[in-house]
Amino acid sequence: MIRTKGARFIRIKESAIKAFFFTNGILAVFILLGIFVFLLYTAIPAFREIDIKEFFTGKNWDPTSPVKEEYGILSMIVSTFLVTLGALAIAVPVGIGVASYLSDVAHEKVREIVKPVVEILAGIPSVVIGFLGIVLFGPAIAKITGQSHGLNAINGSILLAVMALPTIISISEDALNAVPRAYKEASLALGANRWQTLIRVKIPAALSGIIAAIMLGMGRAIGETMTVLMATGNAPAFPGGFLSSIRTMTANIAIELGEVPYRTTHYYALFAIGLVLFIITFIVNLISDVVLHKFQEKEL
Amino acid sequence: MNLRKLFIIGMLCFGLMASVPTISAQRNMMQIKGSDTLVNLVQILSEEYMAKNPRSPIAVLGGGSGTGIAALINGTCDIANHSRPMKDKEIEMAGDRGVMPRTFVIAVDGLSVIVNGSNSISRLTMDQIGAMFRGEIKNWKEVGGPDGTISMYGRQSNSGTYGFFQEQVLGNQNYSPHMKQMNGNAQIVEGVTADKFGIGYVGVGYVVDTQGNINKGIKILSVSRDTSSAAFSPLDKAAVDSGDYPIARGLLQSTAGIPTGAVLEFIKFELSPEGQKIVEREGFFPVGAAQMAENEKNMK
Repeated sequence: MIRTKGARFIRIKESAIKAFFFTNGILAVFILLGIFVFLLYTAIPAFREIDIKEFFTGKNWDPTSPVKEEYGILSMIVSTFLVTLGALAIAVPVGIGVASYLSDVAHEKVREIVKPVVEILAGIPSVVIGFLGIVLFGPAIAKITGQSHGLNAINGSILLAVMALPTIISISEDALNAVPRAYKEASLALGANRWQTLIRVKIPAALSGIIAAIMLGMGRAIGETMTVLMATGNAPAFPGGFLSSIRTMTANIAIELGEVPYRTTHYYALFAIGLVLFIITFIVNLISDVVLHKFQEKEL
Repeated sequence: MNLRKLFIIGMLCFGLMASVPTISAQRNMMQIKGSDTLVNLVQILSEEYMAKNPRSPIAVLGGGSGTGIAALINGTCDIANHSRPMKDKEIEMAGDRGVMPRTFVIAVDGLSVIVNGSNSISRLTMDQIGAMFRGEIKNWKEVGGPDGTISMYGRQSNSGTYGFFQEQVLGNQNYSPHMKQMNGNAQIVEGVTADKFGIGYVGVGYVVDTQGNINKGIKILSVSRDTSSAAFSPLDKAAVDSGDYPIARGLLQSTAGIPTGAVLEFIKFELSPEGQKIVEREGFFPVGAAQMAENEKNMK
């Protein structure tokens, strides 16, 4: 063991750095727990006045009604899922397609252009995309579907697909690139063509990473606020289909939290919605984790 | 290593020092928050005021009448803009915090009901408009218009215009859950301009440009109290003044207690002939004599 004065200083420095990194790591856990506890603490008082069953199964959200205050969030939950699933229906095929193209088919020069463009897409602010939804996609959707306006769930889905796409593309592409070359070479050696190799060997091998990418994209879509606030019309009615104007949970919180009087039932109810969102996102991430582990075990 | 540490500490100090003037400037800046109907008007009034009084910086923000009143009660603004009177609950809450608000009428608005320029309808009764926005009348042909589902555009629950319209036109009943809830007057105008079956309600300042010409693409409906009365347009100053136009309202500003100092000077400027001329230029109507007398009383 080194016993000089300088060595002691080195040992102390080492422990200090270890402690620093440990603290940072634990901090992430504490922040997550802290957010959850805060949400729970502020949401619980809502259920003193609101019946839990009515909260989750009621279709009407109208806390400022002069007739009868109603706190049902079913319409908003369904709206959030409608617009998220619509977004995934667009973003997953396109995303995996682009990722496959970038990892397998594209020329090096093309790759050098497309990859940065995809990253830039990820950086576009959500307000700008929302603006495009109102000004560009809205009238186009109205014309194509024969409706009188384009502020509906389809518009929201398209915009959310644009926002989830970079995430899905980047992570899927990384997953595809991580597949060992040996797999590809073995498949080609056995007589499969490039398409068969891609579909039957590479993608199944990268499936865990691709599913993780989809889950992250889904998480992004569920939590997106500004875009849906601007482009989906915010009508509180229960959605009648993709062509109805809808209001997601995120948009609802953004609209109402600014003016709600402090510590009223309405205030607590908004935090309860936040808690529901938190739990949904948590479950989505948990599922993606479980799936990831299952596939990793299968590979071994 | 030492030089690097010194550099980092130096940058941090510089950053801290650079933020101090902004912090103190923000403390001196008058904060006006609230109604979206009033935000453009008050911004222009404050710009003209600041041109004459450069030592009184003013910041004007939107957020809706409800947001402004909540900010006044919470002490985070000096003046609240609101287009509906304060609710009893809000006055009570203010009292609980020791705030006794004083309210001033700074302009008069003829709330305008607009439809798309291509719509054949040009007048409706209060009952018909109310029934449409309550969701009882669903198709334009029921009121003599084209065959199409009525596409409603309104504001969100933090808006004074939403509250005023609900009280005056809907008879304090619930809005139809199919009404699209937009973020502000401008979005409603945009929505109705693009939607051939659209109908919406906006402050009169948003339907005309600074020359007094009606914005392209929309039609302003004349409103009558019932089927036997005459219909009046919100652009008709005499009708708004006399109360013949049934949905006129005062646009209000409230302060926490009797206004003093820069706040009082600004309110006096808004009520001066110069300020009222700006109000007219922006498409709204100047304050009448009786309301002006009330304003004088509230200043003492």
